[in-house]
Amino acid sequence: MDAAQPITAADGTPLKKKLAQAMFRSKLRATGLVVPLLAFVLASFVFPILALMWQGVYNNTFERLMPNLTEELRVWDGVSEPTEEMYAMLVADLRQNRADKTIGKVASRVNQELAGTRSLFTSTARKAKKLEPPYKESVIKTKKKWGELKVWQAMKLTNQSLTPGFYATSLDAVQTVDQGFMMKDEKRQIYTKLFVRTLMISGSVMLLCLLLGYPVAYLLATLPLRYSNLLMIMVLLPFWTSLLVRTTAWIAILQSQGVVNDLLVWVGVTGDESRFSLIYNMTGTIIAMTHILLPFMILPLYSVMKTIPPSYMRAARSLGATPTRAFIKVYMPQTVPGIGAGGLLVFILAIGYYITPALVGGQDGQLISNMIAYHMQKSLNWSLAAALGGLLLGGVLVLYWAYDRVIGIDNMKLG
Amino acid sequence: MSGLTKKIVALAGVSAFVAGNAVAADLTVVSWGGAYTKSQVEAYHKPWMAQSGHSIISEDYGGGIAEIKAQVDAGNVTWDVVDVELSDAIRACDEGLLVEIDHSMLPDSPDGVAAANDFLPGTLHDCAVANIVWSSVYVYDTSKVRNWNAPTSMADFFNTEAYPGKRGMRKSPKVTMEFALIADGVPVSEIYDVLGTEEGIERAFAKLDTIKNDVIWWEAGAQPPQLLADGEVIFTTAWNGRIFNAVAAEDQSFEMVWDGQIYDLDLWVIPKGTKNLEAALDFVKFSTATEQLAAQASWIPYGPARASSVARIGTYHSNASIQMADHMPTAPGNFANALQNDFEFWADNQDDLNERFNAWLAQ
Repeated sequence: MDAAQPITAADGTPLKKKLAQAMFRSKLRATGLVVPLLAFVLASFVFPILALMWQGVYNNTFERLMPNLTEELRVWDGVSEPTEEMYAMLVADLRQNRADKTIGKVASRVNQELAGTRSLFTSTARKAKKLEPPYKESVIKTKKKWGELKVWQAMKLTNQSLTPGFYATSLDAVQTVDQGFMMKDEKRQIYTKLFVRTLMISGSVMLLCLLLGYPVAYLLATLPLRYSNLLMIMVLLPFWTSLLVRTTAWIAILQSQGVVNDLLVWVGVTGDESRFSLIYNMTGTIIAMTHILLPFMILPLYSVMKTIPPSYMRAARSLGATPTRAFIKVYMPQTVPGIGAGGLLVFILAIGYYITPALVGGQDGQLISNMIAYHMQKSLNWSLAAALGGLLLGGVLVLYWAYDRVIGIDNMKLG
Repeated sequence: MSGLTKKIVALAGVSAFVAGNAVAADLTVVSWGGAYTKSQVEAYHKPWMAQSGHSIISEDYGGGIAEIKAQVDAGNVTWDVVDVELSDAIRACDEGLLVEIDHSMLPDSPDGVAAANDFLPGTLHDCAVANIVWSSVYVYDTSKVRNWNAPTSMADFFNTEAYPGKRGMRKSPKVTMEFALIADGVPVSEIYDVLGTEEGIERAFAKLDTIKNDVIWWEAGAQPPQLLADGEVIFTTAWNGRIFNAVAAEDQSFEMVWDGQIYDLDLWVIPKGTKNLEAALDFVKFSTATEQLAAQASWIPYGPARASSVARIGTYHSNASIQMADHMPTAPGNFANALQNDFEFWADNQDDLNERFNAWLAQ
């Protein structure tokens, strides 16, 4: 028989082709089933995140609303005296914005770059209609500040729609027209400090969760069913309780007139006048967050421990290991996938925590997410919020990558 | 905002849109909650609903213009009338987020004084009509026995030697920085001149540094009475109406220190694009009439924005022995050393001072 002869199906087509057809059909079906979910994820997750990231580097408010001045600023070198032509275009754009009621948007945008310029724009726009040439003179007459170079430099910077400025601000730097990037004054630095603090608090919460969660998970996995079930309910009950309820419960427990302090005063550990500050500071944030995130550590640990046969430990003991040695050498290494999963889960959740630090954090227990919320809700500087969020996302991805390199993501076991 | 993001915001608003359509006949009035909203419900909402046949959905918020901006930008406005602070009203109006209000439609006073003359100076703006004057003061609890003399001045608030203990303050540079300068001896007439300079800002922060470790920062208006009642703080800054309410309605023994009070306006604004413009305008017109503003003052001691209403302030709604006029920020006994919040200063410097304030807090 000729070995090169392809095997054919009953109708004479090569079997290979037939198989490919069948496979293609089933693949099509499978894809058809996945498409709605994929579309949902794209529309509700990937697309908004990308759009927000885009806002962190792109803000065309100034270019869009001040088109004439934009042309002039493009060719201006940024250090020489502004020309009459530039002032004329400024007046033309201000008039248009006054008529369109968009002057506030321009003013807000420039004010983000140089504080104290909002009223400069709004008040001059109000008078723009009556201004007469030579514009340089008449504009400066309305407000002296228009003669200052830094106002024009700020406009030149906001004039770039595609800008690294917001990311620079997120790292406590400023962009300048002539000297590149410079670090901000020590007193104005905040974001790098908050990023570091966020990492530190998340790290401490993760470690505390591991310390507290490991024994609990061990008991859950090894106790007889009737006790372990009861214990499981005690772990899950708070897990199912609202986040806000748990956080406010901690306020009642930890505040200076609260349960813990009352108890300490009663026992005599501390005097009535020198009660401990356990809340509205970093301590409060760490305690409340550890409690809230504990189940995320216990459950993956438990699911791993449950699969470790008790016979391994018995074998180690029978070969002469002390209980401690058997535990460290035999049991612990097998729980690493659970530690990895729980640790990563707690850490990543903690890094974006917002409500709990806002309620119990006081001044030194705030995280970077509180600043993001602040810029979204209060200052309305969405571009800066997007840049801060972008850095946070980037940080988490880097950590995830590092984890994958060191421990390996395949070793993780979530349940 | 780019067109791209507009679309996303619009997409996000779809669910709200469905809900919003079902209740289009109702007017959504948004205010600050607590005793303040209660006073508005009693004095404005109920009589207006009875008269117009519309119904009102009352919502609470925490101030700021973020929600208004989001709704207007997404083209799906669900808030019809909003109670805002003056600097926010000015800012939102400049950004084109609000409906312009024709002042000539506002009703004259019963004595025939035209609205434009009857409203107190500075209370009518292009997009906003003021309803009340409120004030930030500081408070202490007289029921707690302490071995100090009752505080009388803003300087006492910052004096941790004579008055040791925690203090509550609003987590915002607005008012906080002015308080610091007043306590540091700057006359109220010069506060914003001083705060406008670099040295003035440094001076305010230096004064705040002296109490930084003793401060518990609050964010919602309902928090300070709670902190004080719990004994968590010995002093707290607060809005005068909330404190009055805690005293008159909840029998707390709080005492206000009026020295160095900072007063501000609350105003009605209408977000651009509301589906109930006519009803919204009618509500603003109705609620800022002389009788309604005077009626509100019998529920909460915030000063009415009309001269004719000031003359008609009566007694507390549930206790005729309390003369509301005595508890107003503008009462002669309270007004001796008062400062008006400078909206233009804050509209200009809010972003910068917020940033510095947050950096200072994080240090």
